Amino acid sequence: MADLRSPLSRVRGLGSAKEGTHHWWAQRLTALALVPLVIWFVVSVVSLSTADYVVVRAWVGSPISMVLLVLTIGLTFHHGQLGLQVVIEDYIHSEWQKLTLLILVKGVALLLAVVGIVAIARIAFGG
Amino acid sequence: MAEATPPAASRPRPLSPHLQIYRWQWTMALSIAHRATGVFLAAGSLYLVIWLAAIAGGPDSFAVMSHFNGSIVGRLLLLGWTFSLFYHLCNGIRHLAWDAGWGFELKTGHITAVLVIVASVVLTALTWVGAYLMRH
Repeated sequence: MADLRSPLSRVRGLGSAKEGTHHWWAQRLTALALVPLVIWFVVSVVSLSTADYVVVRAWVGSPISMVLLVLTIGLTFHHGQLGLQVVIEDYIHSEWQKLTLLILVKGVALLLAVVGIVAIARIAFGG
Repeated sequence: MAEATPPAASRPRPLSPHLQIYRWQWTMALSIAHRATGVFLAAGSLYLVIWLAAIAGGPDSFAVMSHFNGSIVGRLLLLGWTFSLFYHLCNGIRHLAWDAGWGFELKTGHITAVLVIVASVVLTALTWVGAYLMRH
């Protein structure tokens, strides 16, 4: 018995990446948010380049830098994961290798973001 | 439909010409460099987390980190990350302009390509001159 569904019905709802424009849009929004954050970060690190431990620790733990650093870390790893995902999808053609790498990159990005944020919290709250 | 259509994989699909067909040009190099710097910066974000963990770890781990940052390898890595960051930032803004529908003309594309290269070199130089001036 042949499949009675029309070709259109079979592909409906299945975009090329099965998620429409969400990936594209998230990549752009995280990029936009990272523009001021990255400029702030570079200026701060330059001004800290001769600072000793106490000064650097106080800077990380101060409310403003703590908030901006957590945002920078979260958005950087989100943006980086989205970018690496495209690179993997473009160059890895074996389906199971691609899937494994995609999951690995997502997991490592999440892990590193949490490690970074916990480190900032420990610095700020003296854990 | 009486006859079954062959599976997609066995049918020769039309292919668009690939990289080797085209004459090498600046805009291509910039596009590939955007991806390369992005991947390199992903490694840099790992380094950022190590730096934060070293600060959280106490004065001893911070001293080890600072010592490595001051070494030749450390400085080369940081220089590479500085340039990659500014390049990816400037070219990323160029991409955002394209997304907004601006700058697709051939001439504009070339001008913005040169601007991105000049801006990322100048910003990298300014950052490092600034960091060295802080020492004196």
